[in-house]
Amino acid sequence: MKKGFVLVCALSLVLALGGMAFAENVIKIGAIYPFTGPMAGTAQMLKDGVTMAVDIINNKYDFDFLFADTEGLPNLDGAKIEIIWADSAGDPKTGMSEAERLITSEGVVALIGCYQSSVTKTASQVAERYGIPFVNGDSSSPQLTERNFNWFFRTDPHDGLYAQQQFEHLIELEKQTGESLRRIAIVYENTEFGAQVAKAQEALAKEYGFQIVEKLAYTTGATSLNSEVTRLMASKPDVVMMAAYISDQILFTKTFKTMRFAPKVWHNTAAPGEPDFLKSVGDDGNYLFLRQGFCADQVVNKPVIGRILEEFRNKFGQEMLADAVRSFHAPIVLADAINRAGSTDPEAIRQALLETDIPGEYCLSPWEGIKFDPETHQNIYGQYIICQIQDQTFYTVFPSAFATRETVFPFPSWDDR
Amino acid sequence: MNVGLVQALMSGLLMGFVYSLIALGLSLIYGVMDVVNFAHGEFLMLGMFLAYWFSVLFRMDPLLAIFVIIPILFLVGIGIYKGLIKRILGGTRISQILTTFGLSVFMANMAMFLWTPNYRLAERTLTWTTGDVSIFGVYLGVPELIASVGSIIVFAFAYYLIRFTRTGRAIQATSIDSEGARLVGINIDNIYAITFGLGIACVGAAGVLLATFYYIFPYVGTFFSMIAFATVALGGFGSVEGSFVAGVLIGIIESLGGFFISPAVKYAIVFMTYMVVIILRPATGLFGW
Repeated sequence: MKKGFVLVCALSLVLALGGMAFAENVIKIGAIYPFTGPMAGTAQMLKDGVTMAVDIINNKYDFDFLFADTEGLPNLDGAKIEIIWADSAGDPKTGMSEAERLITSEGVVALIGCYQSSVTKTASQVAERYGIPFVNGDSSSPQLTERNFNWFFRTDPHDGLYAQQQFEHLIELEKQTGESLRRIAIVYENTEFGAQVAKAQEALAKEYGFQIVEKLAYTTGATSLNSEVTRLMASKPDVVMMAAYISDQILFTKTFKTMRFAPKVWHNTAAPGEPDFLKSVGDDGNYLFLRQGFCADQVVNKPVIGRILEEFRNKFGQEMLADAVRSFHAPIVLADAINRAGSTDPEAIRQALLETDIPGEYCLSPWEGIKFDPETHQNIYGQYIICQIQDQTFYTVFPSAFATRETVFPFPSWDDR
Repeated sequence: MNVGLVQALMSGLLMGFVYSLIALGLSLIYGVMDVVNFAHGEFLMLGMFLAYWFSVLFRMDPLLAIFVIIPILFLVGIGIYKGLIKRILGGTRISQILTTFGLSVFMANMAMFLWTPNYRLAERTLTWTTGDVSIFGVYLGVPELIASVGSIIVFAFAYYLIRFTRTGRAIQATSIDSEGARLVGINIDNIYAITFGLGIACVGAAGVLLATFYYIFPYVGTFFSMIAFATVALGGFGSVEGSFVAGVLIGIIESLGGFFISPAVKYAIVFMTYMVVIILRPATGLFGW
């Protein structure tokens, strides 16, 4: 295994050097992802998303998208984008040293990545120190853009925003149905991710005048969730807001069913969106709400999405999932900035990034566009959509501007479906 | 509140029987051979994956796999004993720990390599163990019920083997005094092989029973083996009856603790109970000798 890896490294080095000798007109961008370790599957999806974007930039396509009708960057004599991949193994320290290596010995002009917020945090510190632009599309910790870094930009929305959208969704549901959804139970796994989400939800519940009737932390990987669900039922909530990992999400779904627990609304983070979830629970996954950064049904609103999804399917032999969409935007944003800057000078790129104004039709995600806040460098248009699972398919139901289906409300009892 | 209490009690009881079966193999192997098998949870994972593949490839109920997997894992256990464990029996404690620990890392990674780190559940169309029943106003999942009844049956069968057959008596004799057993003409090497096989077969059977309702992935054994260690220490290392009672106890403590105090600390309560027992009855647990 290790030998194979070394071989692949050596090979890619040879290829990289070879590429350099033949095509001088390339712009190198470093991409750090957790290619080894438990997140390896996700990292592959993220990599494919980046590769798809670079492919559109470097080659001609016959649909209407940024850089689709040109080869390379027109303002730099058709210079091509080349991605130098680096493996963080999901470790913040490794991510940091890889960022350093990419900047100092590979000579990349910008960085993208790193998926895990903890790794993005350290790698972007290195970029900040060297004065190299870092565009992130795939980390969701609110804290990353609260640092007001000069060189860090984020296209994707963050977790804090999601909690807000959840409550806006509940208020809209109350208006539409006339039912009260004020009793909220928060369920979260008791490490960083779950605790952060729960914290944001609790604060906003107070602000919007909702009542928290139960706040339940649980241990991820628990062998049984019966006592958790028993307690939830005892608190009689209208709404359950859950922040779980996929494994626990599967077990919660089964336990809800066994105990016939059906709150009016069951809100979740992105876990039910992972392909293993519906494969595992089938019909029982219907009528859950979940957060998505992207949903394939958005093709109705933007037909070009359909073309890109099709290209992706042909190229990689699988569907383009939300993670690939997240990583897709960063290279596009960078290419756009470098092209407008007309140079690869870091400060020029940074200035161009600050002036980024990509319209919504060039975003795969359901955004009105990409434009960075001058202080935090968070995409001011970045938002999530809330999907509901119906007939084992994801449909956007909120915000209404992007909705493709009527919401099924309330969550049907387990006996009537 | 009352229904909640009964619900928690019943759910805990059901899970407890499965814990008992998982702990039995660990306890048996330690009691007889004085080897702590750190790869115990990975054999559970192996049982789950075998049941899964049996179900998917032959389009049959994963539960039926139990009749195939018990003998297969018994043989796997004997093979691993002959190829690996036998060589470390005379070694130092640390080499034993490192060997079984290494085996666990190897098995988990091998599973990841062969079957990807994805989560799976047995296909529901293939199993008749679905749905739930209502008893005393509480809902219990049919798969959980079957898993606990199945665990009791397999446990009873293993108990019968150990207590009432000639081989079983030889196992007991070896466990009490291996030198003495050797002197009266028992082939210790065979007894060790059978014990190891039996221990692995038991945990494999538990894996099959879990596979009808629990998600399956390469690291699924880790948490279960932690519970198994607590169970065995609570019941007394080497005590068959001890593992049974301790398994049920832990299931109930976990469930009630989660219900009355807080789910976030339910495992803390389990391990605290175990520590209290260790302090009060250090070497023996509740039932050891």
